[in-house]
Amino acid sequence: MTATDPTTSTTPVATPAPEAIAGDGGIRSYHGQPVLKEPVWSWEIPCYFYTGGLTGASSGLAFLAELRGNDLLARRAWAAAMMGGVASPLLLISDLGKPERFLNMLRMFKVTSPMSVGSWILVVAGGSTPLAAIDAWTGWIPGGKYARRTAAMFGLPLATYTAALVSNTAIPVWHKAHRMLPFVFGSGAAMSAGAATVALTPPGAAAPARRLALAGAVAGAVTSELMEHRLGEQGEPYKQGAAATFRRVGRVAGAAGALLLVSRGRSSRAAAVASGMLLSAAALSTRWSVFKAGFQSASDPKYVIGPQREAISRGERRGAARREPRI
Amino acid sequence: MTLDTVSWPASYGDEAKPRKGFFTDTSICIGCKACEVACKEWNQIPMSIKGFSGKSYDNTLALGANTWRHVAFVEQRVPAGVDDGASLVEAAARADVIDAGVHTYQEGDGLRWLMASDVCKHCTDAACLEVCPTGALFRTEFGTVVVQEDICNGCGYCIPACPFGVLEQRKDDGRVWKCTLCYDRLKEDQQPACAQACPTDSIQFGELDELRHRAEGRLKRLQDAGQAEARLYLADDDDGIHGAGAFFLLLDEPEVYGLPPDPVDTRHELGSIWSAAGAAALALGAGLIAAVFGGRR
Ligand code: SF4
Repeated sequence: MTATDPTTSTTPVATPAPEAIAGDGGIRSYHGQPVLKEPVWSWEIPCYFYTGGLTGASSGLAFLAELRGNDLLARRAWAAAMMGGVASPLLLISDLGKPERFLNMLRMFKVTSPMSVGSWILVVAGGSTPLAAIDAWTGWIPGGKYARRTAAMFGLPLATYTAALVSNTAIPVWHKAHRMLPFVFGSGAAMSAGAATVALTPPGAAAPARRLALAGAVAGAVTSELMEHRLGEQGEPYKQGAAATFRRVGRVAGAAGALLLVSRGRSSRAAAVASGMLLSAAALSTRWSVFKAGFQSASDPKYVIGPQREAISRGERRGAARREPRI
Repeated sequence: MTLDTVSWPASYGDEAKPRKGFFTDTSICIGCKACEVACKEWNQIPMSIKGFSGKSYDNTLALGANTWRHVAFVEQRVPAGVDDGASLVEAAARADVIDAGVHTYQEGDGLRWLMASDVCKHCTDAACLEVCPTGALFRTEFGTVVVQEDICNGCGYCIPACPFGVLEQRKDDGRVWKCTLCYDRLKEDQQPACAQACPTDSIQFGELDELRHRAEGRLKRLQDAGQAEARLYLADDDDGIHGAGAFFLLLDEPEVYGLPPDPVDTRHELGSIWSAAGAAALALGAGLIAAVFGGRR
């Protein structure tokens, strides 16, 4: 038996697509086709990552400012929390397409599904935040202090569960970062709440918000850097395409906002507003970068097959295939 | 061997049926696509005309909302002058001549075809089912994984959760669709449409432990005949999804067929995922306290 007889060959004559031949870096793949499906989530979801963090951390800031006796700051922070708290469910419903589809989320409570757990967190936090905010302004809500406590407490997981949600998927750039990503999101939430409150509050009363915004900015830069470092080659999507653009915008806006806040934020209301907006843009842009990196990681088979194959060749994993018969 | 899943058979009690599955023996697939057609026909799946892909005879390219069986076509060039009695399969398997891509036929070269009918794996540890927030994805009394279309709310979480890229959303209705292992036919003691249509028994349907037993025999026969590259895929309890209801006999590495070499259900890391999210929430709380109380009011 040697070669196939050319006269009986029915192979269609096609120019081999370059990506079809063995793929990147010696990775073998099926015609360069992706192994995973990209998510179907649209623009609402990265925006929700931002608004969820904004609401969560702003409620905490407002609650603690009340304890410290800074009521002016507290009321402005409750306003920021309420904006995020109203926007969040609207964004999710818009992504699902129909309002009644959100109700299906509450059919059960499943710890194996961060989306299920998160929906309940959002119901509690999103429900209590407007009550807390209205109460802080008017004192009209019966039992308002419980609403404030609830909003502040549930705000914390609201700010970080979305990282658990995306890391509990097969997408390498998200899943392999599951230890760091919640800290990236938590830092972003601190920065978002600080920035929004800085922009809404007269500088004289806004010292805690400034500290929060700056701490969030620094923590965000450090944790993102650490995450990408630990991802190694798997972190490549952050350096390409839309993910890289959003990452750059986030860094530039973050650095500019932080500098402006440190230099002029205490003395000038206009500077405070401008830096608050820059830092908010940075927080939003960073979430978009994470979001887009996931799509890029899913669509290229080399990120999926490469590390799996390497772990098998290093003998760390057995893989799912076996050549030795077990009889 | 343990074929048990988290919710089967325990949650069914006396109503549990033996776990059913597919053994797809790709070494005898002839690429006729009868399975794709029978599946579409029986399950009334909408058309999915994507045009000519230029990628061998494969114009559907992947499993999806409207493709529940997918036949992969791999063309591998075998160098001319393999005349030492080696079969084409063996010759192609010699490491340095393997290419997984499409090649035009070259005069003097040999060509080997790999064809394989892919399907939802009906995983023992099914990530799609675990992440589904509505319970639309469930485990049937046959141990298979099915989407209930009246409950699916189109959240799309299962899509990136599946390590095989099986699930997809239908653009028009927003819900996800995939192989049901012909749940309706199973309830009537019928075999799935694809298995019934397959003319070579490349798709074998049956009770999973019996299929596994049969597959080991087939693997042994191929190995004894010198097919060193023959392998079983997803046939064991100790892989990253604890084995599958639909498993395969392959003649090359899984990635050549578009299958991940080491699929993992991320639930196995859910503990550390939740711990990290919890720790980050606490860190945020600590940061807030420090910001508010760590300086002037
Ligand atoms: S192959 Fe994917 S869709 Fe099928 S049961 Fe496993 S995780 Fe779910």
